[in-house]
Amino acid sequence: MKRFTREQMAARVARDIPEGAYVNLGIGLPTMVANHLPKEREIFLHSENGLLGMGPAPAAGSEDPDLINAGKQPVTLLTGGAYFHHADSFAMMRGGHLDFCVLGAFQVSASGDLANWHTGAINAIPAVGGAMDLAIGAKRVLVMMDHQTKGGESKIVAHCTYPLTGVKCVNRIYTDLAVIDVTPEGLAVVETVDGLAFDELARITGVPLRRASATAG
Amino acid sequence: MIDKTVASPSAAVADIADGATVMIGGFGTAGMPSELIDALIRNGARDLTIVNNNAGNADVGLAALLKAKRVRKIICSFPRQTDSYVFDALYHAGEIELELVPQGNLAERIRAAGAGIGAFFTPTAYGTPLAEGKETRVINGRGYVLEYPIAADFALIKAEKGDRWGNLVYRKTARNFGPIMASAAKCAIAQVRKVVALGELDPEVIVTPGIFVQRIVEIDVADQLSAPQAAA
Repeated sequence: MKRFTREQMAARVARDIPEGAYVNLGIGLPTMVANHLPKEREIFLHSENGLLGMGPAPAAGSEDPDLINAGKQPVTLLTGGAYFHHADSFAMMRGGHLDFCVLGAFQVSASGDLANWHTGAINAIPAVGGAMDLAIGAKRVLVMMDHQTKGGESKIVAHCTYPLTGVKCVNRIYTDLAVIDVTPEGLAVVETVDGLAFDELARITGVPLRRASATAG
Repeated sequence: MIDKTVASPSAAVADIADGATVMIGGFGTAGMPSELIDALIRNGARDLTIVNNNAGNADVGLAALLKAKRVRKIICSFPRQTDSYVFDALYHAGEIELELVPQGNLAERIRAAGAGIGAFFTPTAYGTPLAEGKETRVINGRGYVLEYPIAADFALIKAEKGDRWGNLVYRKTARNFGPIMASAAKCAIAQVRKVVALGELDPEVIVTPGIFVQRIVEIDVADQLSAPQAAA
């Protein structure tokens, strides 16, 4: 089966982020979205550790240990960017000031519940960071993930079996097979990878899907 | 004349006693007051409760304090990192208690302590395992969790510049938890790269006003900027 590459997924997410948006990109796959935001579009990237206007990684040798992102990697600050303390940074999330966040996920439920912080394994050390604050804070929560686990199980589920990060918080899911909206009427397929029929996607996903209306998105 | 400067890190932390709750600034190693932590290790206090975003990197700073078995409990949001092996071993051995707090709740609970708030309702973690056993309420159709402040006996933070009244400015993302931890501790101790003369800090850009800072120690760590840093 044909699948979207990670670059294609990142580019597809980037297409949905308009000029002027305040955006937080989660650690991992979502970070790739930054590389696909058009340079002529002014977009404000937020990092939970206290900066707005985050720029790309610095040139080798110009790293500053006091200027890092949420993944603790060296970054730069764009002209016009700002620093602030942690309570302000999370007020930007919780207070609904961020337009978008893009997060990875283990599972998303049909009602938009998100599980992305803990597998629930007994010996795993739990670590949550800012995931729960982002999930409930941004105006639109976008999830990027593989459609299926390595074992072939759908990561879009009727009910999450992993511990929840947030309840009914996801707005749109970008997978390697499809773009799917979470709506009050259920999951609506916006688009699928070339050659994948709606019925086949529905069979793979295993929870009820419907076609989004042409005006959705 | 009011002079909050202290001669050495050891003198600054001398009265941190067994059982104290100590906030430590920093996000990873950015803003971590390593020299104050080293002084706390030399001080010998044990049975500490530590509040930090993480649980130490490699063998330095907070990780060294954990390794010295001085910490009974840690309150943090993200203990597990690629180089958090000191914490990981203590945790698996059952030798340290962990209170895991979503990062924004951690920041707001610290802020609340400094601002005199008795408790607050937050939407973060509602309906998740981290809200289990906590009081909840639905307000205007949205679920919230009741969270209580986190106050401390001491805060150890790092800033860029300070003056003898305790006014502070920070450097880039090393600011992180510094300002709110300073306000939430009975005694906030700041290590600064440079102590400057009163009046040299522009009053319009002072980030932490001196009322929140009790002690200030100058440690010129400029040469640390070129030293190898621990990985994330």
